Amino acid sequence: MHGFLGGASDNPHARRPRVWGWVLLAPMLAWLALFVVAPALILLAYSFASRGALGAVQFGFSWDNYARIFLPSDGRMIYVDILRRSIGYAGLTTLLCVMIGYPVGWFIARRPPALRERLLMLVMIPFWTSFLIRTYAWIAILKREGLLNGLLKASGAVPHIFPEPLDLLYTPTAVVIGLVYAYLPFVILPVYASAEKLDGALIEAAHDLGAGPLRVFREVVVPLTRPGITAGMLLVFVPAIGMFAITDLMGGARVPMIGNVIQNQFTKALNFPFGAALGVVFTLLFVLSYAVLRWLGGRKTEKAK
Amino acid sequence: MIEIDSVTKRFGDFTAVNEVSLHVRAGEFLTLLGPSGCGKTTLLRMLSGLETPDSGTIRIAGEDVTHLPPYRRNVNQVFQSYALFPHLSVRDNIAFGLRMQKTPKDESRRRVAEVVELVALGGFEDRMPHQLSGGQRQRVALARAIVPNPSVLLLDEPLSALDAKLRKQMQVELKRLQKRLGMTFVFVTHDQEEALTMSDRVAVLDRGRIVQLGSATDIYHRPGNAFVADFIGEANLIRAELVNRENGTTRARAEGGLELRVPTTSWPGDAKQALLLVRPEKLCVSKKPVEGAENLFEATIVEEIFQGAFDHLVLRTDAGAVLSAVVPNESAIMEALHEGDRVWCGLHCDDLVVLSAD
Repeated sequence: MHGFLGGASDNPHARRPRVWGWVLLAPMLAWLALFVVAPALILLAYSFASRGALGAVQFGFSWDNYARIFLPSDGRMIYVDILRRSIGYAGLTTLLCVMIGYPVGWFIARRPPALRERLLMLVMIPFWTSFLIRTYAWIAILKREGLLNGLLKASGAVPHIFPEPLDLLYTPTAVVIGLVYAYLPFVILPVYASAEKLDGALIEAAHDLGAGPLRVFREVVVPLTRPGITAGMLLVFVPAIGMFAITDLMGGARVPMIGNVIQNQFTKALNFPFGAALGVVFTLLFVLSYAVLRWLGGRKTEKAK
Repeated sequence: MIEIDSVTKRFGDFTAVNEVSLHVRAGEFLTLLGPSGCGKTTLLRMLSGLETPDSGTIRIAGEDVTHLPPYRRNVNQVFQSYALFPHLSVRDNIAFGLRMQKTPKDESRRRVAEVVELVALGGFEDRMPHQLSGGQRQRVALARAIVPNPSVLLLDEPLSALDAKLRKQMQVELKRLQKRLGMTFVFVTHDQEEALTMSDRVAVLDRGRIVQLGSATDIYHRPGNAFVADFIGEANLIRAELVNRENGTTRARAEGGLELRVPTTSWPGDAKQALLLVRPEKLCVSKKPVEGAENLFEATIVEEIFQGAFDHLVLRTDAGAVLSAVVPNESAIMEALHEGDRVWCGLHCDDLVVLSAD
């Protein structure tokens, strides 16, 4: 199978790990067992328990928590709605990230090597600042008396184009802006990695054989950078769907996504079992979307093998 | 078929192609030959449209294509790296050009089958490029470029990645294919042997200019200057001074004092100096004096290099000049020549080429 990051698992010299291989893997395996597998099992056990007085967990086996998620109450399925909204926002974020990040990654990969390194550096620089500080900066930009509205006023766009200052903060738009901003590098980097490997002679050959720019893009560039696109989509979609910090800060309480709801169950409502059930559903959703993306990517790259 | 008219291409301060004019005839196998950096590949890329000339015009089949993008030209190229699409099978690679031209499916299938037959790739249609050997990839690249039936096929050092034996075999096959298709081939190489084997005509390039254009035998036997003489084949290039011209014979003294009779007509005007070119195989080396040779001198074999079918000899003439000679290997009826032997060298004056000294 093809790895998502343009993986080189086709290597005919790849060997199965022998004793030493396992020894070297051991710390990683232990880490996974302790901090991934075990917590996941605990989560699963919690999800079938129920909340006792003062938030104590009463173990047992009941589907109540799952029923609360999937069965309607008062004709509404608020948790399914939130899940759906989360998927919608994450999907939109992914789409925007690919639309913005793909050309950027491609552009950087096609520069001369020295310039490439400097441009990549520019993509990384924001990571040097804490993610929370950058998110607060967005609040300063988007709020009613913020930088953006200030600029609009100074340029006369308010009130001539927009009658009122824009109320962007604490709206879904603000959440998506924040998400796109945060995850954009995760598309740029894998796209860059796969575009950089693409042999320029292939583009020339396609031109030579009668393909105009658009057809070259569709017939050669997209298929050969697909591993980068798929990796980027996955790296954006999966974390975006569970993000709670950005939605908290930029969406206020008005745009809750699944991450916020789960966080609330654990920190405010003290309903660990229900939070756990949401967590399980959520994890399964990840696995499912990963499988779908992998299948889509694999089906296309299968021919390339 | 192709008319290149004083075309110039610069990259920054570097002039890759300098005021080159060249006409390629329809159905001809023309080779652009020269050392790396001589501008041959740039010239080819301007024919395919991958580079645009800074000045001058290029016409292909009567149409001015100087500023036409590659995808609007009826010209296809075989790339040095082959540039096969790694995500497409052999069949889809070959059919790519036809698909871009929106050729009907049936016709496309038929033409792909024909060309697969032509380049002997039958049975490999469903393989992916990475499952092929170098020689097979080369054939796919070739098939992909000829199937759209271009008016000119451009080949950019297509054989350079193959091993020596396969390369020889492909040279013959390429030439055969070209004859059979009657297609115009423009072939770029730095390998003079390749150029001599396949071409109807060879254009020798040096520093962005065509220094000689002619048939393979022309440029080998009658090189126009020292660069061509030295670049094509092996050459003894000897600086010589005019001694006298009397009774229809011209005599010159080579460096080291060796006096030679040279063809009168080819001595450049009243120049005092000239360069003499002696191809190593034109020297007749024997232990006995060579009959019928106008120039006969004695020498010692200082080095003998066995090259399979031939022996490469380094000779020091008694007058002090150093010459290399190529002689057939020893056999039961041919005398053996070895290091240290005293020998006679015969050289007919018509086998001497006189070149201008500068």
